[in-house]
Amino acid sequence: MADTERKVENGVNVAALLDAREALTDAADAAQFTWRASCTWKNGTHSHSTVEGYFGLGEEHKHKTTFTFDADHPAVFASEDLGAAPVEYVLVGLASCLTAGIAAIAQHREIQLRSVTATIEGGMNIQGILGIDSDVRNGFDGIKVSYEIDADASKDDIEALVAQSQKRSAVYDIVTNPTNVTVEVI
Amino acid sequence: MSACLSERAIDHVVLERGQVANSWRTERWDSLTLLTPNWQSRLPGYGYQGDDPDGYRTMPETIDFIDSYARVIAAPVRTETTVTSVRPANPGYVVVTDQGEWRCQTVVLASGACNIPRVPALAEAVPSHIATLTPDRYRNPDQLEDGGVLMVGASATGTQLADEIHRSGRPVTLSVGEHIRAPRVYRGKDIEWWMDAAGVHDERYDEIEDIKRARKVPSLQLAGTPGRTTLDLNALTDIGVKLIGRLAGINDGKAQFSGSLRNQCALSDLKMGRLLDTFDEWATDNGLDGEVEAPHRLPPTWVEDAPPLGMNMTDGAIRTIVWATGFRPDFSWLDVPVLDRKDQVRHDGGVVTESPGLYLMGMQFLRRRKSALIDGAGPDARDLGAHLASYLDGVAAPASR
Repeated sequence: MADTERKVENGVNVAALLDAREALTDAADAAQFTWRASCTWKNGTHSHSTVEGYFGLGEEHKHKTTFTFDADHPAVFASEDLGAAPVEYVLVGLASCLTAGIAAIAQHREIQLRSVTATIEGGMNIQGILGIDSDVRNGFDGIKVSYEIDADASKDDIEALVAQSQKRSAVYDIVTNPTNVTVEVI
Repeated sequence: MSACLSERAIDHVVLERGQVANSWRTERWDSLTLLTPNWQSRLPGYGYQGDDPDGYRTMPETIDFIDSYARVIAAPVRTETTVTSVRPANPGYVVVTDQGEWRCQTVVLASGACNIPRVPALAEAVPSHIATLTPDRYRNPDQLEDGGVLMVGASATGTQLADEIHRSGRPVTLSVGEHIRAPRVYRGKDIEWWMDAAGVHDERYDEIEDIKRARKVPSLQLAGTPGRTTLDLNALTDIGVKLIGRLAGINDGKAQFSGSLRNQCALSDLKMGRLLDTFDEWATDNGLDGEVEAPHRLPPTWVEDAPPLGMNMTDGAIRTIVWATGFRPDFSWLDVPVLDRKDQVRHDGGVVTESPGLYLMGMQFLRRRKSALIDGAGPDARDLGAHLASYLDGVAAPASR
């Protein structure tokens, strides 16, 4: 990083992010986003979800394409296994959020990344969801994320990257802190 | 059980660690009244004889009631006798107490379902400047420092204590998990009258769909006040108690609460609606619609749009935490291999089948829905007394010292 001539390129447009931070500082309304997905039951535990539009910067937006996700449960749950389990989507969400954060922060800190791989696992005692033991929670009893990162930076700098990424991650916050959930039948 | 055994001329003793009605004397708060009306405490050959059948007994009255019953049935009680061990003796059992040993053919475990407060593990993370208290040690609000109180748990104990403590000028925040809402009076009759008359209290353990679940149902949110008022979450909101989600964790001096408050309240409202539907159907089927007031429903439980999810535990706003999170029985002295991995006795309606001659009483839904009520002790004792008598018929010697 002493070498100011070196061009760091992680594919993240940091200038645009910094501009956005500047522009949105005094525009709380524009900063208010709403993310959406819709989910349709197919059969058994199989469902089909789509992600298409979202709201932000004061208006509706559309993704370039409609993304689709099949969710199901594996055969040991007597299901058809036609998609990842919902809890696995949570792991995907957390790992991809942290990884995106690492890339963005590395770019901002002028650290060139060569490879970043996260392995994520969530432990769960299914006595909770099966209603066997009310002292066992339904959700994960813990989540472990392991990063293998090859970058032009010291170990300390890489660890600082990973730490900052957790600090700024939306999904990390969603998973580690409670959220009010309202479910209604229309 | 002593009355039922005497009726059958079965020689027995009743061991009591303190005085008769010990837990009522030593582990209850001052203002507590029974949650069941006076008429409902029916014991074998004994019942309420006063002029206020619909009232609720105070603690002194409750102690007196049980004390009198012990005298009326001449129960052979050994007071100030603490059992330290019960173990199999082949045949029978050895009961070790601080007043000597007993040999017997049968043992009835009637030490209660509420011996040890069930305090969640996260209690260890409570900052040390906050006082913590369990309901068995609570007597009245004067015991607490001035300032805010976090009441954890919203079943019968949590709601009653929230009401009393908040009215004492200490602002209460009530952390609400699973709970059962119920009106004190419905269509002009006590909810307990409906449960009794419609047969809900008599539902049997071997006829109910999911007995494991039924045994874990929290206590109804009830209070026994002279005005027979309903003490639900709306009543607490009306006096200024603040509702918050289930306590999920304490990290770095900050308490975290689940975002499930709305759903917990919706579940409880739906469950109450189903219970009242059951009563209405029963009233119609039994031609009572003309005799009781018209059916009505309670307004939904009010929950603010975005209940707080966090609370600073270090800014002095909360001075006391009360763990109204339930109790569990203590079988640490039971040296018979009949405990499950949660240290609870495995039994079939109070018959400990894995250890013949051993019986259990007073547990939630032991044999019928009302098993843990005073009113449930009689029918359970009759059933188990009959089983015990036929067991004794099959073995040799009677109880001897």
